[in-house]
Amino acid sequence: MSLPLALGPARPVPLSAVNPVAQLTAIVVVTAVLLVSGDLVTSAVLVAAELALLPAAGLTRPGDVLRRTWPLLVSALGVAWVNVAFGSLSGAEAWASGATWALRVVALSLPGILLVASTDPVRLADALTLHWRVSTRFAYGALAAMRLVPLLAAEFETIRLARRARGVDAGADPVAHARLLVSTSFALLVGAIRRGTRLATAMDARGFDSGTARTNARGSQLRPLDAAFVVGAVLVCVAAVTTSVLTGQWDPALG
Amino acid sequence: MTPVAVRLAGWGFRHATRRAWAVRDVDLTVAPGERVLLTGASGAGKSTLLRALAGLLDPEAGDPTGELTVDGAVPDRRRQRVGMVFQDPDSQLVMTRAGDDVAFGLENTGTPPALIWPAVDAALDAVGFDLGRDRATAALSGGQKQRLVLAGALASRPGLLLLDEPTAQLDPDGAAQVRTAVLRAVDARDATLVVVDHDVESWLPLVDRVVELLPGGGTVEHGRDWRPAPPRLPVRQQHSPGEQLLAAEAAGYTHRGSDSPGLLPTDVVLRAGRTLAVTGPNGTGKSTLALLLAGLRAPTTGRVTAGAALTAGLRRPERPPHRWRAGELVQRIGTVFQQPEHQFLTGRVRDELALGAGDTARAGELMERLGLAALAEANPFTLSGGQQRRLSVATALATDPRVLVLDEPTFGQDRETWAELVALLAEQQDGDRALCLVTHDAGVVTALADDVLALGSTVPA
Repeated sequence: MSLPLALGPARPVPLSAVNPVAQLTAIVVVTAVLLVSGDLVTSAVLVAAELALLPAAGLTRPGDVLRRTWPLLVSALGVAWVNVAFGSLSGAEAWASGATWALRVVALSLPGILLVASTDPVRLADALTLHWRVSTRFAYGALAAMRLVPLLAAEFETIRLARRARGVDAGADPVAHARLLVSTSFALLVGAIRRGTRLATAMDARGFDSGTARTNARGSQLRPLDAAFVVGAVLVCVAAVTTSVLTGQWDPALG
Repeated sequence: MTPVAVRLAGWGFRHATRRAWAVRDVDLTVAPGERVLLTGASGAGKSTLLRALAGLLDPEAGDPTGELTVDGAVPDRRRQRVGMVFQDPDSQLVMTRAGDDVAFGLENTGTPPALIWPAVDAALDAVGFDLGRDRATAALSGGQKQRLVLAGALASRPGLLLLDEPTAQLDPDGAAQVRTAVLRAVDARDATLVVVDHDVESWLPLVDRVVELLPGGGTVEHGRDWRPAPPRLPVRQQHSPGEQLLAAEAAGYTHRGSDSPGLLPTDVVLRAGRTLAVTGPNGTGKSTLALLLAGLRAPTTGRVTAGAALTAGLRRPERPPHRWRAGELVQRIGTVFQQPEHQFLTGRVRDELALGAGDTARAGELMERLGLAALAEANPFTLSGGQQRRLSVATALATDPRVLVLDEPTFGQDRETWAELVALLAEQQDGDRALCLVTHDAGVVTALADDVLALGSTVPA
């Protein structure tokens, strides 16, 4: 019915050359630094470095960047607003605190956006199972389940139309709308469970999770580039913290 | 790989939650390399038997009886020699790329990576899939997806290939593609083939013999020359075209975010007393046209208008059907969707019909007429496929609408249910009512249609 969402293979971008587990390691490093240090300078340096990577993740057009990041921008603005409106500070101090928090949220979230934009889900599952020994049952099970998401979106629309055909619609009543949404979602859930069961049987029939050690046809290699990427991330973090200390902004959350 | 033998002696199975046997008293020997079609009415236990052969029946799920061996051992120990294909391609594909999906089974059995890609290429070649390993699985047609699933089953070179209604969810073109691929794959007779399907005629040229499972237990064997009895076609009365009830004027539809139209501008008139069949290959927008006529979607170009006979009593008769309130719509246009369970709203067959009929007397009468009376207290979701379909037609009839729109009413039904449904629909053809049938099924068109609208194949799928 409605068009499937694009959940196919991701097209390769320069950043795709970096192994997903190297990217995840870099994310862990950056996140750890940001959890400890919440000042404006640290966040600003990290955000600058992250923004510099956007083109490598294929996000060059402002429209693409906006489409990927709008929920992040909305939440960053929300955090800033809460700080200004309800924080204990007032005036310029409140605004500075709001901006610091907003920038920190952006610095924390951008690495995830870079990862999603540059990583094919299958390559991610390969890397996780081969290098980090994540259970294949979990990784490939999640992959298979993800394929069903666009189907669910189409099915939701069909169920909604089928209900109208049975004489059920909510009209202008918001309560009726909510009740209809709940019952439609329930019908969708029942369908999703059935489909999931069928998928599990089909995967069973193909020997998935049968106790035999699984091989991987694509493999997932760690190259010098991956080490360089992680080292680069560490260096950027060091630079950010150093700048923060030198400018007298350093204000660690721990300690 | 060498083909394997299958032997069943007095075999039966009873699901843990049921009192009746799902299948029993089956004696069947399939020689290595033989090709057998397994058929029988819905509920005769065909799928249960096939799952047992694949070693997929959970011993906790019920009690088996008798003997069943694949290559001389219990199926559980032969799972690596068996490849299986199910009905719905979308619940079988795992990976996002075609080649990765075929490789999935080989990875699971621990095949060394160096041997995987040659095997994948050979399997893709065997099913005639020439779109390349990197093709996104989401972008394939139903027939292409199902061929890919078949390649996945063939990649590990199984000695036994089991197909459970592999074409039931495909259009005729996709079904033909899959049968050709199966023929190609088993041509060298290096795998034994057991196919379960209702569609006997289409598989007969490919198989050595037909085994029919009987609902009460046991089997009947038929040779290659056997032909099932042609279905009884209802005797129906011709009605002269009456007043115009619904019309589409250059009505077309383009999905949001899509550049090419899902339905090209189309003219249709539905008149009282007439039945229109809408046919054409997948991707021409047949189902979309049904949704436009049913007042469920607004056309993006052109318009759909209702005649005076249909708009009588409406609060705003000048509005097009898609803007009517649901309560008004259901009194005038009844719609039956391809998947019946999408339309069920209650927990009992009786309530389901009373919901539309408004009074219980008419609900009772409908149940009686459609053979659902014995199931009045049953939950609609627990009914068999054929029963669900009858119930969904009954719910559409409950409000006695002047127009009835049906999307693939006979899709995936066995012969008996097919004949029942066609007879039921023939009963609904009277001088006052217009029917619109969207269908791939040439038999339905012959049996019921007064007029045929064949949508062209000019729209890319």
